[in-house]
Amino acid sequence: MISNHGDLRERIRGALANQRARTVTLLSSLLAIEDELGYIPPQAIEEVARFTHSTINDVWGVASFYPNFRFTPPGEHVVEVCWGPTCHLLGAQRLLHAVLGALALSGEGDTPDGRVSLKYNTCLGACSQGPVVSIDHQVLGPQAVGALSGEALVERITEMVAELEDGSV
Amino acid sequence: MATFEELLQEAQRRHHELESGERPWIRVGTAVCGEAAGALPVVEAFRAELERRGIAANVSAVGCLGLCYAEPLVDILKPGRPRIFYKSLTPEQVPGLVESYLAGDNPRPDLALAYTGDGHVEGIPRLEELPMWSRQVRIALRNCGHIDPLDIHQYIARGGYAALCKALSVMKPEDVQKEVQTSGLRGRGGAAFPTGTKWSFLSRSPGPVKYILANCEEGDPGAYNDKGILESDPHTLVEGVILAGYATGASNGVVFIRHGHEGPIHRTEQAIQQAYGLGLLGENILGSSFSFHMEVSLTGESYVAGEETALMESIEGKRAMPRYRPPFPAAVGVWGHPSNINNVKTLSYVPEIISRGGEWFAGIGSESSKGTAILCLSGNISRPGMVEVPMGTSLREIIYEAAGGAPGGRSLKFLQTGGPLGGLLHADQVDIALDFESMARAGAILGSGGIIAADEDACAVDMTRLLVAFCQYESCGKCFPCRLGMTHLLEVLERMCRFESRPGDMEVMRHIGQDMAAGSLCGHGQLGWNPVQSALRQFSQEFAAHMEEKRCPTGRCLGPIFTPQRTRARWVSAQPVEMKV
Ligand SMILES: Cc1cc2nc3c(=O)[nH]c(=O)nc-3n(C[C@H](O)[C@H](O)[C@H](O)COP(=O)(O)O)c2cc1C
Ligand code: SF4
Ligand code: FES
Repeated sequence: MISNHGDLRERIRGALANQRARTVTLLSSLLAIEDELGYIPPQAIEEVARFTHSTINDVWGVASFYPNFRFTPPGEHVVEVCWGPTCHLLGAQRLLHAVLGALALSGEGDTPDGRVSLKYNTCLGACSQGPVVSIDHQVLGPQAVGALSGEALVERITEMVAELEDGSV
Repeated sequence: MATFEELLQEAQRRHHELESGERPWIRVGTAVCGEAAGALPVVEAFRAELERRGIAANVSAVGCLGLCYAEPLVDILKPGRPRIFYKSLTPEQVPGLVESYLAGDNPRPDLALAYTGDGHVEGIPRLEELPMWSRQVRIALRNCGHIDPLDIHQYIARGGYAALCKALSVMKPEDVQKEVQTSGLRGRGGAAFPTGTKWSFLSRSPGPVKYILANCEEGDPGAYNDKGILESDPHTLVEGVILAGYATGASNGVVFIRHGHEGPIHRTEQAIQQAYGLGLLGENILGSSFSFHMEVSLTGESYVAGEETALMESIEGKRAMPRYRPPFPAAVGVWGHPSNINNVKTLSYVPEIISRGGEWFAGIGSESSKGTAILCLSGNISRPGMVEVPMGTSLREIIYEAAGGAPGGRSLKFLQTGGPLGGLLHADQVDIALDFESMARAGAILGSGGIIAADEDACAVDMTRLLVAFCQYESCGKCFPCRLGMTHLLEVLERMCRFESRPGDMEVMRHIGQDMAAGSLCGHGQLGWNPVQSALRQFSQEFAAHMEEKRCPTGRCLGPIFTPQRTRARWVSAQPVEMKV
């Protein structure tokens, strides 16, 4: 958690000044802040507007268009479940059901204690290993978690997610 | 700056050391398919075990060989032995394998998938005999899984940048363009437009600043071949872009990738940096008068960002919403400069076309579709993976022989091809040749090469709803036929899956579909009716069962599905913003 606002501004400015993009744009600036903080705080909107000579409106316009941006701090862990057609055929909806159950959520969002953020992904790019999830940006399919049947996978992923939520990892 | 001859010698020296030196060379597939199968702990296990035993070996993290069903896939090349591939390895199996084959000399046929190279290993099949490999002709994928994508020397040692050297030293830009014309190469991003012709538009546009944009947005779920190429062999794309730049008189290249796919992004950034380091990018490339610059541009999550004009908006840092045409990109493109957009696969063919000649490429494939098709096979299929086969190969052969059909003795029901805007092929329709025209005639498209197989348990209505849910979620919202049409289509399909269809729903869907096709600004809305139309054509009875008999023949589509909501106005307006101007 970020303790004071001075720090936050500093980190935002640092991220803006040291972008990986060679050509700096409004979008590259927002992505740089997303990489640094995991979300776009209101201060970042102002800083990006200043940095890119845009209006606050322009910055919100871009930030609200791409669903990878969020505007509140993410949970300590980020779980993404693929709902793409390949994973769908291989049981993604069952997996999603179980994960939602383990987190006591009814859709995308954060657990009330701020431990886990759940996101749906249109395709994690590992379709050959479906159904896949990603936990803290590591993509995992059945083989990686040692679950060869669909049921075992649902069980194993639910366990892993429950562990994230109750703080045992 | 070194000459190309010097670069090549240095690269070959290093490569020779890896391939026939004293030490074993261990390659682990670590593209995202490998990662998802657990390859990273396997690499760690190898490093730890080799160190523990004091065995000197080279361990490389390579990309994807395409045999994704066998991930984590590891291969070991020992001095004097052929190269042996091990399948589905777990970290627990690693110490045993190191003990038997590296400390000892037992190649462990029980863990092996195949071997390749000179010699013979008892009890293990040859790679070239595997059904998934034997049909392949690997051009764009020629290096995937063989080289370390972070090492430019390995690319050069296997013939990389020779085409660029040839082009700059003995070919004029129009010769390069002519070679591509002769090859018959057509775009692999969806529309199959002839690449040479597209390039000729750009070369006629005035410079000096012109752009080549390599499209790796790859939003089609079920396709990961563009990212696969960048993760496994980024230099083949980098070289292709430079050649396209030379052919068209362009000055800049941009590789466009979706944020979050760190494997392809990082490897492409590194490849570009290395190419600059060796004088293959920048001013006066290889001592010629040609200068070219390249960078990576990241987009946020947006399917429509892959549409060529939305892509340019995104590079400029805006919302990925398509532009009106004309003006066309070759006249007014990114930052107002003439631009040419090609898919990653399209550009990745170019180095080999220039090295071997357009005639050679045109000799592969079918009458109208030259070269190869790069496919991603996934879903209810025994051997999912990424393959490159000549255009015109029978689809049946690929699905049943190469990929082994549906697993568990079940039968296939349909194939979803060409991405969410593509179509469904009935399993009875697999007796067609895999090329642009035959696929289109059958009511599907080849598109970017994703083929998702569904077995007898899958419900065609449920799949259609899912695809439309995707299209609705991804509509950029710029024009109403698509924005509202997709939403309305989804509503009707949701009703159908709840068995609450109303009389006239079918009519309503058809009207919406026609209006979307006629009135949408970009391909997303124009083609958005395709998935529904092709499903209706192949599975009309299944639709009728849902609508009239209020039942699903497969019992698969009970209850709602979870899909994300794109609209987040609530969230956004909840943020107080202090206006300080
Ligand atoms: C909604 C939409 C999404 C698209 N997404 C992609 C994509 O992810 N990758 C791609 O190469 N082409 C995509 N295209 C096609 C591009 O607009 C363009 O035709 C293609 O990149 C041109 O490359 P090619 O000539 O090499 O095929 C998309 C088109 C539409 C309408
Ligand atoms: S057709 Fe759809 S995706 Fe394309 S511009 Fe219109 S709303 Fe956007
Ligand atoms: S569809 Fe799930 S990873 Fe591609």
